Amino acid sequence: MSILLETILKAVMFVVLALAGFAYTTWIERRLISRMQSRIGPNRVGPQGLLQPVAEGLKLIFKESITPAQADKFVYMLAPMLAVIPALALFAVIPISNHSFFNLAGGVDTAVLYVLAILGTAVYGIALAGWSSNNKYATLGGLRAAAQVISYELAMSLALVAVVLMAGSASMNVIIEKQLPGNILGWFIFRQPIAAALFAITALAELARSPFDLVEAEQELTAGYMTEYGGMKFALFFMSEYVKMIALSGLFTVFFLGGWSGPFVGDSWPLGLVYFSIKVLLCLMVMVWVRATLPRFRYDKLMAFGWKRLLPIALANVVITAALIAFGVPGYK
Amino acid sequence: MNWKTTFRKLTRIPLGFYTVLQQTLRKPVTVQYPEQTRPMVPRFRGRHHLKRYDNGLERCIGCALCAAACPADAIYVEAGENTNDARFSPGERYSQTYEINMLRCIFCGYCEDACPTNAIVLEPIEFPTGYSREAMIYTKSMLLESPPINVPATPQVTEPGKFDRSIVPFPPIDQQA
Repeated sequence: MSILLETILKAVMFVVLALAGFAYTTWIERRLISRMQSRIGPNRVGPQGLLQPVAEGLKLIFKESITPAQADKFVYMLAPMLAVIPALALFAVIPISNHSFFNLAGGVDTAVLYVLAILGTAVYGIALAGWSSNNKYATLGGLRAAAQVISYELAMSLALVAVVLMAGSASMNVIIEKQLPGNILGWFIFRQPIAAALFAITALAELARSPFDLVEAEQELTAGYMTEYGGMKFALFFMSEYVKMIALSGLFTVFFLGGWSGPFVGDSWPLGLVYFSIKVLLCLMVMVWVRATLPRFRYDKLMAFGWKRLLPIALANVVITAALIAFGVPGYK
Repeated sequence: MNWKTTFRKLTRIPLGFYTVLQQTLRKPVTVQYPEQTRPMVPRFRGRHHLKRYDNGLERCIGCALCAAACPADAIYVEAGENTNDARFSPGERYSQTYEINMLRCIFCGYCEDACPTNAIVLEPIEFPTGYSREAMIYTKSMLLESPPINVPATPQVTEPGKFDRSIVPFPPIDQQA
């Protein structure tokens, strides 16, 4: 009984953290991208615009909820939930500090598989939203999302295979422990740079963020799969996107940046939490930086890049990593 | 694909990232209106002002020609009767109510052209801003400029016969020193 209670408490804490993080990720993104474009960004609501997410949330809650007449009502209502739930579920396996209270299921032996499975289901919400809206832009957006996620999932899985090979386990706790030989060079980003680059690129594609944001390419598809959504249903899609951003930043941190590890972390969980947050924040900022810099891919080039470049590189990386480990090269044993 | 061009293209990507980073460290170009303003040209048509004569009387005589000229129908004028004991403007009438809806106004300046007494002038200061529709309806007290120093405000008590005519022998604004 107490285990059940503890798990529920932890789960609630993770959801609250994810949602608070979502609100302020939007703020960080808007302020940062404004500075990159020589603008100021939202700074009127509250000090430095810090209450902007609250204002936007309130606005979206009070908006009228409209369902298009030709839409498939049931699926139309279901799709936003299908998009949010996997995004939040990803947090289950991310240990955000070294205390067991901040670790819901990071010790599960199938954690990496769980991540890949949940990321695969996350596209259902988007594809069904596009299809059920009965709008050509939405349908195209949903189709693109499905095709894109399938193509990039392969390369992402293979990048993670290299990580799992390095750690010798698919458990998040073990992956973090293997990156703790005392110095920063223990991080997998230095021992598996190709896998890290592959994961970063495919994560952007999974998130449908720039430069892979064909799913909601404004110039071609208005808002893609969420064209027909408004009010809280739109907010749920928005939430799923940003929560997934945080979750994938967290996963990158765990896989390649040593998770909560850092100097003097020892047994003090607040320090671990601080290190984890700093690393996640850096990942989020890099995502914004990428969005401010790179133009969008053309659709055929996106597919060619995924299948003809990333997949062979990822395969080669797995083979080389396996060979290095088999021959016991220092740093890989 | 040519490896040389591929390599050159790949080196351009970090260059782009560096350019964006440089831009991030630069100061934003945004002007925080209305706290900060850009300098405006002298004849810029900003907010309306209702002018006064040098003796403190209002120029506006409540004729509502500005309202008639207004293409956006933004001006509302209600005239009142002047008496020698409570005189607002020269002549028979003055504007009791004078309201401009700044959200409707297109700042074309036709009201200036229509005004027979040069009472309404668009000046390059205080372009109107506000958070609500109500706040954007400017009333007479907001539009009327304050009287010159050491001159009483309106209504004034005036001697009979002196200000019977609306168009008074004061020089118009653009001929004043």
